[in-house]
Amino acid sequence: MSSSVTLLDRLNVLDRRWIFLAMALAVAAPILLGIGSDESPSPPTKRLFDRLEELPEGSRILMAIDFDPNSAAELSPMALAFTRHCCLRRHKIYFVTTWGTGVPLLDATIKTVVQSEFGRGDRPYQYGIDYVNLGFVAGDAVAISQLTSDIRKARSQDMQGTSLDSLPVMNDVVSLQDMQLLITPSAGFPGAKEWVQYAGTPYKIPLAAGCTGVQSTQLFPYYPDQLVGLVTGIRGANEYESMLASKYPVPYAEMSKRPASLRGGPQRWAHRLMISLIVLGNAIHFANRYRRSSHS
Amino acid sequence: MSKTVPVIIASLVGFLMIFAFFSPQLLWLRQTAEDWFAIITTIAMVYGGLTLCFHHLKKISDSEAGWGFSAVTLLAFGVTVIVGMLKIGVVPETARNLNHPWSGPFLQEGGGFWWIYQYLFTPVVSTMFALLAFYVASAAFRAFRAKNVEAILLLVTALIVLLGQTKDREITSLFLPAMTDGSTPYLPIADLTEFIRKTIVTSGQRAIMIGVALGVVATSLRILLGLDRSYLGGDE
Repeated sequence: MSSSVTLLDRLNVLDRRWIFLAMALAVAAPILLGIGSDESPSPPTKRLFDRLEELPEGSRILMAIDFDPNSAAELSPMALAFTRHCCLRRHKIYFVTTWGTGVPLLDATIKTVVQSEFGRGDRPYQYGIDYVNLGFVAGDAVAISQLTSDIRKARSQDMQGTSLDSLPVMNDVVSLQDMQLLITPSAGFPGAKEWVQYAGTPYKIPLAAGCTGVQSTQLFPYYPDQLVGLVTGIRGANEYESMLASKYPVPYAEMSKRPASLRGGPQRWAHRLMISLIVLGNAIHFANRYRRSSHS
Repeated sequence: MSKTVPVIIASLVGFLMIFAFFSPQLLWLRQTAEDWFAIITTIAMVYGGLTLCFHHLKKISDSEAGWGFSAVTLLAFGVTVIVGMLKIGVVPETARNLNHPWSGPFLQEGGGFWWIYQYLFTPVVSTMFALLAFYVASAAFRAFRAKNVEAILLLVTALIVLLGQTKDREITSLFLPAMTDGSTPYLPIADLTEFIRKTIVTSGQRAIMIGVALGVVATSLRILLGLDRSYLGGDE
């Protein structure tokens, strides 16, 4: 009896640094051991995957990388997965960002997937023919509105300063209304909500979004009508990567090609720790109540 | 006069944007307004930068509490602007531009601005975001307790959603006894999570969004009609 009381007293004054240490271990151990995790697809993620599969080769996809390093841990893996899928299906990709701080992440996405994985071989992805980097368009929601009426009004040149008129990939492309699908992994303002309000819904352009876990409740009301697909958080990215691995096992079944699946392991253990802490916290709460009532 | 003219401009542009949305003939007017928006935003950004500097310089000169943070802010702001605008560390990318040292892009890999982004900005903001995990864990242990009916409802919902978000939702049936017909026991945590998300959360969120949208319409109309001038500053 006395030992349990001592334990309860100790837990009551538990230094929160022990919790920090437990969280650090829960996250660090799976990362260091390379423990990943697959995910079975949820309907909103599968719908986007199926849409990209159904689109005929050479369809025009606008990829709006609307996030910065704050949320890159969650959104970069899905941006890579979307781009990879577009390349596998040989779609034409139009990269853009409405975030000034998103430009290097946009460049990193192009470099990691388009140039490194699809830039060689029999049918390499060629800049200006298969994809273009439109870079940063300033003006937040107004920039999106400009893109819907005339892309050249928002950006007359690509990121390298080349006139858009001289790029074959821009032939017959006037505005976003010439795109078959808009995809935006986005973290805030401007983001998926603004793409829905200023591009997707008014002009009936199919739009899909990726978002951080905490944003999902704000975007789910738009699914399935205004958003054809919605990929949420690292779990959603993991679902997408798992579907890619299943459909294109070589080489995407390899864990090294699946950053979100690799992050699924730490996330799983962190969630388990959180659940354990909630249960333990409440056990302490009820033990305290029992002790108080038995003393009075 | 100083308030009437801006109100008239705001009203005209606001109504123009509304009409242009419904009338393709007015598209060119909408595009002109959008161009002006870009110009004004750029001027506002420069003005904002200057205001930031004056604000923090005043805090430093008055030696207000926390003036050291203002100094750090000014230093970081100044260094970033100078490195970016002078393209420090940027080299020409093509042989044709060898005589034009500023011809490379300001975010060129290996350049000063890129270095600041890659090795200062990115680690700092990533660290801030990562710290959340530790504070959420600590809060879950200390504050998330079943103290009353509302707290119990929140707690049970949170546990279901949290469990439903993990891969463990697929193995929760292991903790249940076997069914009488020998089939695998099934605790529909994933289904419960979906039900909470689709039905309870989404309906609540939609209600909030509709309310906010109606509020935005009402406020916008007040601004367009010149009834609400609070955006101009002052007491009106």
